[in-house]
Amino acid sequence: MASSHMVAPELAAIKVEGMSRESFLIRATLAAGATYGALSATPYITKALAAGGGFANDLAVVNYALTLEYLESTFYRMGVLVKGLSSDELKLVKQIRDDEDQHVTALIAAAKKLGGKPVAKPKFDFGGAFGDRATFLKTANTLEDAGVSAYNGAGMYIESPDILGAAGSIVQIEGRHSALIRLTRNKPPAPQAFDKGATMAAILKKVGPLIKS
Amino acid sequence: MTDSALRELADDPSSRKRFFKMMGGAGAVSAFSVFLAACGDDKKKDKTTSTAASGGSGSDADVKSDLHILNYALTLEYLETEFYKEVIASGIVKDAKVASIAKKFGETEQMHVEALKSTITSMGGTPVAAPKTKFQPTIAKGLKTVLDTAATVENLGAAAYLGAAGLIKSKDVLAAALTIHSVEARHAAALNTLVGRGFGLKGGLSGSLPDGAFAKGMDEASVLAAVKPFLA
Repeated sequence: MASSHMVAPELAAIKVEGMSRESFLIRATLAAGATYGALSATPYITKALAAGGGFANDLAVVNYALTLEYLESTFYRMGVLVKGLSSDELKLVKQIRDDEDQHVTALIAAAKKLGGKPVAKPKFDFGGAFGDRATFLKTANTLEDAGVSAYNGAGMYIESPDILGAAGSIVQIEGRHSALIRLTRNKPPAPQAFDKGATMAAILKKVGPLIKS
Repeated sequence: MTDSALRELADDPSSRKRFFKMMGGAGAVSAFSVFLAACGDDKKKDKTTSTAASGGSGSDADVKSDLHILNYALTLEYLETEFYKEVIASGIVKDAKVASIAKKFGETEQMHVEALKSTITSMGGTPVAAPKTKFQPTIAKGLKTVLDTAATVENLGAAAYLGAAGLIKSKDVLAAALTIHSVEARHAAALNTLVGRGFGLKGGLSGSLPDGAFAKGMDEASVLAAVKPFLA
């Protein structure tokens, strides 16, 4: 950990404790959302988010994004085995899988660079999402759109220009993924003129049930 | 707020930052309301509220800088809107799917124009006029060139928003710009796929995923140089 190299260990300790508390709260929120349904997670969310609906710090944003990227990366790793995908679709799924893997790696590095601890990879349960082509692509569509609105909702709370730049370069790719997945489903690639940002609570309502721990 | 508190806010960057943080939530909401009002989604067009929140939270230099970026974005959105308009009017797109996508994208760019204009006005700025454009030579070259150009222009738009995002001072302007940024990315990916360009992982302005896992932004000078051929 970077904290051991810091000149003022007592400051480092405060910082690290604050950050691990944030990541703990995010995990607790996700777990509560998964176990009891999204609404019951609300008290945790209130604690995890700063006043005004923002995030306590950049690490909280990074770990939130990392959780979502873990979700996507795991989803597409399993998705390459789905039966009935055309060769173009499989090529797309593999490309997206590789992109999401790189997002995970980049966000882990970002969390460490902030002097914090990256959240551990949660356990996921995608239910019957891999049963057939249509269900898989529909779930992919939901995850990509959720990813875009999660990043767009969190972007304005990011303090560090580096982290904002990284988040921007990732969300643009999520938008592209979403458009490409939507085309495979004969859905409009850009259904809205504005990709509105979503709060963490709204995102949890969508993807929380997939996260088991 | 008292006079001296205002002065403290103006002079002290850290207290200004705290103030921004405090105002963050409300500011974001009002920026969205500007956008939503402009795209007709909002039932109540409450532009007066937006004016106060969007314009009031930055220093003069910050507001000026954001207005510059917004007008730069507006210029690009004008270009895109005009391009789709002329392409559709030319009747060159016969394929129903491509035609409906071009129409939808054009309408979306028009909404971006309206949203940016209303944001600029609400911040006390003056929206730039639409630039004089020169798309007919491109259209005369045929459908392939037209679609290639559309794909390139959308990639350019996405790269422009990404390049500018870090320079935006106001959190609510940033939030608003982000809602456009990913839509340009969607357009770019879809068009690049429709024109058969594939992922295009070698970077640059062509391909559905030209930069791979991490999109690259472009600075204003490079973007303006790239669109120069389309300006009359």
